Amino acid sequence: MRNLIDIVDLSVEEINELIKVAKDIIQNKEKYSHKCDGKKLATLFFEPSTRTRLSFEAAMMELGGNVIGFSEASSSSTAKGESVADTIRTVGCYSDIIAMRHPKEGAPLVASEKSVVPIINAGDGGHHHPTQTLTDLLTIHCEKGRLENLTIGLCGDLKFGRTVHSLITAMARYQNIKFVLISPKELEIPEYVKKEILEKNNIPYVETNDMEEYMNELDILYMTRVQKERFFNEEDYLRLKDYYILNKEKLEKAKEDLCIMHPLPRVNEISVEVDDDKRACYFKQVEYGKYIRMALILKLLEVK
Amino acid sequence: MNIDSIKNGIVIDHIQAKRGMEIYEALNLKELDCSVAIITNAKSKKMGRKDIIKIDKAIDINMDVIGYIDPDVTINIVENDVLVKKYHAQLPEKIVNIAKCKNPRCITSVEKELDQIFILKDKDRKLYRCKYCEMSLKK
Repeated sequence: MRNLIDIVDLSVEEINELIKVAKDIIQNKEKYSHKCDGKKLATLFFEPSTRTRLSFEAAMMELGGNVIGFSEASSSSTAKGESVADTIRTVGCYSDIIAMRHPKEGAPLVASEKSVVPIINAGDGGHHHPTQTLTDLLTIHCEKGRLENLTIGLCGDLKFGRTVHSLITAMARYQNIKFVLISPKELEIPEYVKKEILEKNNIPYVETNDMEEYMNELDILYMTRVQKERFFNEEDYLRLKDYYILNKEKLEKAKEDLCIMHPLPRVNEISVEVDDDKRACYFKQVEYGKYIRMALILKLLEVK
Repeated sequence: MNIDSIKNGIVIDHIQAKRGMEIYEALNLKELDCSVAIITNAKSKKMGRKDIIKIDKAIDINMDVIGYIDPDVTINIVENDVLVKKYHAQLPEKIVNIAKCKNPRCITSVEKELDQIFILKDKDRKLYRCKYCEMSLKK
């Protein structure tokens, strides 16, 4: 039985296979519409999330399966003091696969050690969010046609942004990737990501706080939100939240085939005037998220 | 200064000078009912100065605790006045309930029954990370 806790739990070959299946789902939706008949997905969201939870639920429904679960900790037994392990043992009796989001880092790993059904980490605090990374990889593959030979700009909160850390980890395994790390000083990428991932794998990168400095070189621009919930200090959040705002003017020097991504929800960091630009891929990214989750559910349930 | 030799017991030798008390406390040796000697700043040809702990009883000791605190330590087992075994401590691959994760966002901060597990990620830098949240362990 397989779980997905961290993106590195999947080999490059497995990721390539998931992308292949997701693309086949996009082309042949009907073929997959009964693959999970009679199966149940439990979505255990101990922390609120709209997009990820609905994406998992839509994915399972489009495969013909059913969904049970809760969308916040207060409506689960956690509010009564139940441990993650006990919740998982219980839910494992009712479902075939579990997607779990939890505010505490490592909670899905604890769950996977006790679970009798596959666990998918749907985000644990500021730690991992592997299905967002799979979504990003499918988006890049669909929009650019490759996962190699890319210059990727990551902009915004690179310190607490788990999607950014996971994406760097995942892309570091492909050939000829360069990163441009754009952030204010206070939200720079952590040292361990630089040392243990970028430098260890000889991945070239530059750091800047100027969004436009390398704009003309980028194949991908991955924007992130400064997340209020990751700050202990409200003052710091207010000072940094609108540090970068992508608008038409800032895109003037960008490549014609730039792919602008964002894990969403967006607040102010991408101006709505960019939404109509053909380079804006963040809403397509949401849709790709559903297809890659469908492919992942099939893989973990070992449905052919 | 002379400390009597031991007949049956353990000598923890080549401890980095001034770290003897740390090992004494981590191994909880104060709970023993036998004589325990801590010698600090003893002269050493190899190390200049070193600490030594002598335990006047054959007990089970947690080698991972010693290896984590000071991987260069040697552990000598003495039986009937004779040195019968000598172990060299090693940096353990995993430490369990020796150190505590300080990340307030880690699941171990709220679920107290979970073991505190750290995994060795980089031997050269003696870098351990929490098994659950991957925060580095700072000594």
